[in-house]
Amino acid sequence: MPNILSIITFLPLLGAVLLLFLLNNKSKDSVKGFALIISILTFFVSLGMLYNFNPATHQMQMIEKYDWIPSFGIQYYLGVDGISVLMILLTTFLSVVAVLASWKAIEERVKEYMISLLVLETGMLGVFVSLDFFLFYIFWELMLIPMYLIIGVWGGPRKLYAAVKFFLYTLAGSVLILLGILALYFAGGKTFDILMLSSVRFAYDLQWWVFLAFFIGFAIKVPMFPFHTWLPDAHVEAPTAGSIILAGVLLKMGAYGFLRFSLPMLPEAVFVFMPLILWLSIIAIIYGALVAMIQPDLKKLIAYSSVSHMGFVMLGIFALTQQGVEGGIIQMVNHGIVTGALFLCVGIIYERTHTRLIADYGGIAKVIPKFAIFFSIFSLASIGLPGMNGFIGEFMILLGAFVSKYVLKTMVVLASLGIILGAAYMLWMYQRVAFGEITNEENKHLPDIDLRETLLLVSLAIFVFWIGVYPEPFLNILHATVANLIQQVSGAVMVAGQ
Amino acid sequence: MPQFLDLMPIMPEILLTTLALLLLLADAILKKRGAGAIGGLSIFGLLSTIIGVYYLYDNKMPVIFSGMFSADNFSLFFKFIFLISAILTILISFKYIKVRDINIGEYYILILFATIGMMIMASGTDLISIYVSLELMAMSTYILAGIERQRATSNESAMKYFILGAFSSALLLYGISFVYGITGTTNLEKVAAYLSNTPENNMAVVLSLILLVSAFAFKIAAVPFHMWTPDVYQGAPTPITGFMSAGSKAAGFAVLLRFLFTGMPSLQNEWITIIIVLSILTMTVGNIAAIVQTNIKRMLAFSSIAHAGYLLIAVVTVSDIGLSSILLYLLIYAFMNMGAFGVVSMVQKKTGEGGQIDDYKGLAKVYPFGAFMMLLFLFSLTGIPPTAGFIGKFYIFAAAVKKDLIELAVIGVINSAISAYYYLRVIMYMYMKEPEEDVVLEKSAAMTAALVISAVFVLSFIIYSEPVVNNITKAVSGLIR
Repeated sequence: MPNILSIITFLPLLGAVLLLFLLNNKSKDSVKGFALIISILTFFVSLGMLYNFNPATHQMQMIEKYDWIPSFGIQYYLGVDGISVLMILLTTFLSVVAVLASWKAIEERVKEYMISLLVLETGMLGVFVSLDFFLFYIFWELMLIPMYLIIGVWGGPRKLYAAVKFFLYTLAGSVLILLGILALYFAGGKTFDILMLSSVRFAYDLQWWVFLAFFIGFAIKVPMFPFHTWLPDAHVEAPTAGSIILAGVLLKMGAYGFLRFSLPMLPEAVFVFMPLILWLSIIAIIYGALVAMIQPDLKKLIAYSSVSHMGFVMLGIFALTQQGVEGGIIQMVNHGIVTGALFLCVGIIYERTHTRLIADYGGIAKVIPKFAIFFSIFSLASIGLPGMNGFIGEFMILLGAFVSKYVLKTMVVLASLGIILGAAYMLWMYQRVAFGEITNEENKHLPDIDLRETLLLVSLAIFVFWIGVYPEPFLNILHATVANLIQQVSGAVMVAGQ
Repeated sequence: MPQFLDLMPIMPEILLTTLALLLLLADAILKKRGAGAIGGLSIFGLLSTIIGVYYLYDNKMPVIFSGMFSADNFSLFFKFIFLISAILTILISFKYIKVRDINIGEYYILILFATIGMMIMASGTDLISIYVSLELMAMSTYILAGIERQRATSNESAMKYFILGAFSSALLLYGISFVYGITGTTNLEKVAAYLSNTPENNMAVVLSLILLVSAFAFKIAAVPFHMWTPDVYQGAPTPITGFMSAGSKAAGFAVLLRFLFTGMPSLQNEWITIIIVLSILTMTVGNIAAIVQTNIKRMLAFSSIAHAGYLLIAVVTVSDIGLSSILLYLLIYAFMNMGAFGVVSMVQKKTGEGGQIDDYKGLAKVYPFGAFMMLLFLFSLTGIPPTAGFIGKFYIFAAAVKKDLIELAVIGVINSAISAYYYLRVIMYMYMKEPEEDVVLEKSAAMTAALVISAVFVLSFIIYSEPVVNNITKAVSGLIR
């Protein structure tokens, strides 16, 4: 299929436009159905992309390249490599999940909600397929508007505060990224071509400054300690689907930015900033876990666990070894699925009880056993139990960090400590929610999960076990791309060292 | 050469003036009945003028009146901006002035005269023609600001505008007299030639530079010459506020650029320092003051101050790309700002002064179309892609980075992030709060047309920006020497 990347990217936007003009809010079900069809269609087209993808090479594939604003060297330039393929699949899959997760939760202004969700999907996909910096930035910022509306309009009690905080934090980071992009544009021979800029060797001073700008922008998005404070607020206030997308895809944007831009374009600066980033990741792992432990609110607990997990991702990426980087990317996917699933679980019981406080639960495993099984699967996957996907990611990251010549052994030990802490807060939370006596009278007659919810949870659980037992198909997509990336970074530095 | 051909470059202005005078006559005969027709005819006249201006593009002999007037591409592009702002202003005015019982022909005719003033300002290459046209624009807008005679704030607005405007005119004249005293001419090219032949800059030259820049800074509402803006913008009829912030500001920039680049290139080092200070102050004060406003017109007033600050960054770059970014930004600003003021002039409270940000609570439920339009314009003013406002900011910051003005660019982008806060607040009120009872919406077909035109521009500009940018680049080439 020609122009398959354009189709994937703009199909949701087209759906949003059609939704805007064709349907009205009176027929809520047809609005939801239409959005579901569009998102499923996008998912299938992205499977077609996977089918066409050749994992043996690190070259960009399925390239589309047209002049757009030639006087500024701006192109409409799309292409994918192993990293972006995985991210695109994650996005299209979680978008379907998000639409289904909103089925009952959203009853007001459904049309506007679905439009926001679809525009958001286009923004996210655009980020992963863009090979032109200008185009990338447009999609990058495009994500802000719908996410802001999703949190702000359909969110919880403190939604206004959370939405504005989310928007301002991310925007402040983004504008610095824009300046960095412009600096590279002028220094790199007036091109926004990402591949071309990756092959330019920039002066060290420029690299340092641009890395700083990118670092702030991407670190806010990841979020890395100490730029993470917007995340718990945004997660807690966002509707379930918003949390799923936020945790599942939006948090991956920062890490993706490091992989796609900071590492290949600014290799010398990478090694200067590396200790800082590694230590911040370790702090995030431990700090996120400790703070998660004392949270009384389920969503907040999962939000802080995200901070901890993204610390692992950053540790893996900046270990700069094959296993580390691959582990980091796989962990991005894992975190998207598992945390998305956990938010979905919280959403499912929240719809029944309208509370997210751990203290309000207890013993629900007796009332809703099917739900409790799924909840336990995802909690254990989040801990990293062998046989589940979290284990693969964390194991590879720790392995990669251990063999890396840049990572101190102390860091690896501390990171492993983070896993123990992770088990502690997750299991403790699960125990308080699911086991024991039923403390809350109202919880005695909760209905168990229905067909739609079961389907959603099953589809997510499939990936938990698939990646956990046989991750090779996923890693296979990454091998060539990651090998080339590491070669690029360390190669550049070796040349500089001579 | 025959006399008639000599007038070609100024033909659009002559025709528009003739039309305005005829309409004035018609207004005297028709009295109040004909006001609507006069509005319609004004739009027709402005549209024809756009065609005329387009026809003049790339003409070979743009300079007439012994070098007092030049219809070069630079000025022609500005004329597009003025004409578009004027058309949008009239479109959003129809209903507004009818409801407030100021439905008189003069309203439209004064808009035409102000537009003529701006057009000649952009073409002025002599300090005298600049001064005269600036006064024509200013006088017309003084009256327009106070045309709602029954409302005290409108009177206050006109009074403040007039007094402070007169003060700035005095500064301007004083500066011109210095220039004339030193160089013996008021023609900008000759001033430049004289100054470049006299290597040492004496204090009088610098003083005249400061006086003139101050006067122009008043017109573009740069801090610290912005004190009049919030009160005047708040008190004036809302469409006129939009017109002042889009049209008058653009005219001020046209003159400022012409004066600095054609008249004072040899004093570049001096004026760059001045403009840097002005730019930083204007952005920062504008944005921070906008955060605390509770009245939407005051908020947009401070936002328009902040936007002037971004534009001043581009002036400092002294480069073709910087100049093009200014023209581009002003064009985009005309659309997004007129659109925003369109919505503002539509939302009215049954009681009280109106224009409070509180009035926008729940607008998305009451009037989804208007709220969505406002959302677009506000995101564009923030500079979020894919709106046109982003393209404008992108070019400005690109120009700054290109010239290694990193500090200024960083201050600029941080300011633009700050500005998101107060723009978002309006969106938050519209979409995330419950509606209040006593808000009425003054909808009309003309208003809808104006909003749709602006919205289409704001949304689609990113796709076809290339030819526009190329034209602008051509228009500014040659201004810097």
